Amino acid sequence: MKKIFLAFIIYFISLSSLKALIEVDITRGNLDPLPIAVSPLHVDIKSEEYEGLKIKELGSNISAIIENNFKSTGLFNPLKKDAFVQKPDIAHLKPRFEDWRLIKAQALVTGKLLVKDGKLKVEFRLWDLAAAKEMTALAFTTTPSNWRRVAHIISDKIYERLTGEEGYFDTRIIYVSESGLKSERIKKLAIMDQDGANTKYLTLGNELVLTPRFNPTNQMVTYLSYFRNMPRVYLLDIETGMQEVVGNFPGMTFAPRFSPDGKKIIMSFAEDGNSDIYTMDLETRVVERITNHSSIDTSPSFSPDGKYIVFNSDRSGLQQIYVMRSDGSSVKRITFGSGIYGTPVWSPRGDLIAFTKVRKGRFYIGVMRADGSGERLLTENFYQEAPSWSPNGRVLVFYRETKSGSKGEGFSATLWSIDITGYNERKLKTKTDASDPSWSSLLSK
Amino acid sequence: MTLKTNLKNILLVVFTTLILSACSTAKKSGSLDGDVYTGKETVKYLASGVPDRVFFATNKTSLTTASRATLRKQATFLRKNKKLNVTIEGHADERGTREYNLALGERRANAAKDYLMTYGISGKRISTISYGKEKPVNPASSALAWSQNRRSVTVKVN
Repeated sequence: MKKIFLAFIIYFISLSSLKALIEVDITRGNLDPLPIAVSPLHVDIKSEEYEGLKIKELGSNISAIIENNFKSTGLFNPLKKDAFVQKPDIAHLKPRFEDWRLIKAQALVTGKLLVKDGKLKVEFRLWDLAAAKEMTALAFTTTPSNWRRVAHIISDKIYERLTGEEGYFDTRIIYVSESGLKSERIKKLAIMDQDGANTKYLTLGNELVLTPRFNPTNQMVTYLSYFRNMPRVYLLDIETGMQEVVGNFPGMTFAPRFSPDGKKIIMSFAEDGNSDIYTMDLETRVVERITNHSSIDTSPSFSPDGKYIVFNSDRSGLQQIYVMRSDGSSVKRITFGSGIYGTPVWSPRGDLIAFTKVRKGRFYIGVMRADGSGERLLTENFYQEAPSWSPNGRVLVFYRETKSGSKGEGFSATLWSIDITGYNERKLKTKTDASDPSWSSLLSK
Repeated sequence: MTLKTNLKNILLVVFTTLILSACSTAKKSGSLDGDVYTGKETVKYLASGVPDRVFFATNKTSLTTASRATLRKQATFLRKNKKLNVTIEGHADERGTREYNLALGERRANAAKDYLMTYGISGKRISTISYGKEKPVNPASSALAWSQNRRSVTVKVN
């Protein structure tokens, strides 16, 4: 697991222009994605074999991952390679801009790689074809087995250069893998790269597990496990596999999330049937009660500055969303629309709160401002819930369940993502049925 | 004018059909009062004449008259079997968010537990657990299935 955190040696080759020439507008749903050509990375002929890696194909495999990442944003349109007009190594030195413009590309990515002495050296350049200029260039050295991450980091750098916002490709998604009959589901914690590669299972499926959530500052996870038939919030270190119960509560704890600094867990504890919100400091083990109300208080989520908590309560009769100070004071209801509201989760940027809404038997994923104004419903379905933010606050991942027949047939649970503009809804590839996704922060940050 | 009358007639027909079909489903299952399940299809018994479960309305955790009658039977049974301990499992249907459903199941289990306690059963003999929407007894996506899944079930543990 150390590999994940292996330092990438990154240095700028040059910084020719600070001002982005091409700019991708990501504030609206992008109906006109930017045509981009991703040339296969040139593989240096001096490259050596490395532990079963297909070195010759490494250049085109990396560029394929970059293209797939770009495509998934809906903001870019990676062009077909058969129209490419220049060899990768020549293009990387100095593209013939007019030729690339002919195939309607506006941006070009070139690169080369060398595998030598057990190390992978990669460099890439991003070119603005209209302005005939290099926009950015970077080089990395890492272990060759990290090649997929290299592709994601390159994708992030290019995304950042073209949109002005942080990327989200070098990230992972933890979720609950589901199998078996609907009434006897087997659930395991699973983790994968955001593009669906490298699926790993973290539990065996012996006990029910639900709602895993990443620590925003590291690779720790908190989740609910029915280990020994006692539903409790657990803490899992996905590097070492070590896990422990969070706190010593005499009843069910659930709906856990980390505080933005990663030092506390906020969750619900059900005492004599009534769920209230508590925090536990992971270092000092101090438990604090945040709400004390005879209604159900659950699904808490901190604002990114840690000053506020948004949560779900039925104190007005049905499920609505409330905001309070992090000490539990100044509770204020923020949803008043028709229908019921659940699973609020604060955007890492702080500007929006994502939620699930149920109205007239249909389920919606939506976003609104932190005061409840400006509600926008992004997607409607038979059943969907539990949005989780990409680390840059641009994309939501959530899960959807289908309607099933009289014996439970036709049931499925799948992960989906949607841009906060409401465009670009996509099904995520998972090896099994899946639910309860949580998006990690950038691994290389 | 004629169009309007026609439409009216069509609406009437549709309406009557709806009522008829509603009656027929309700009759067929014979088993919904509002949206609370009143049938016996999924019910098991702790002993002869002692049903193991009670049902709830959507998003509700209050006990119906029928539920209270069932729980009184359970209380009588538990008073007679003094060494018996039970777990009450609380459940929700699949039409809510997962976390809220966990809380809802917990409340339903505790509503049943509290009622047993008012009939003299020691709280020490009763544990509770919520499964939220995780363990449907009927896996269908239908109003009937959902009503059967909104339940708390008393299970013998020894």
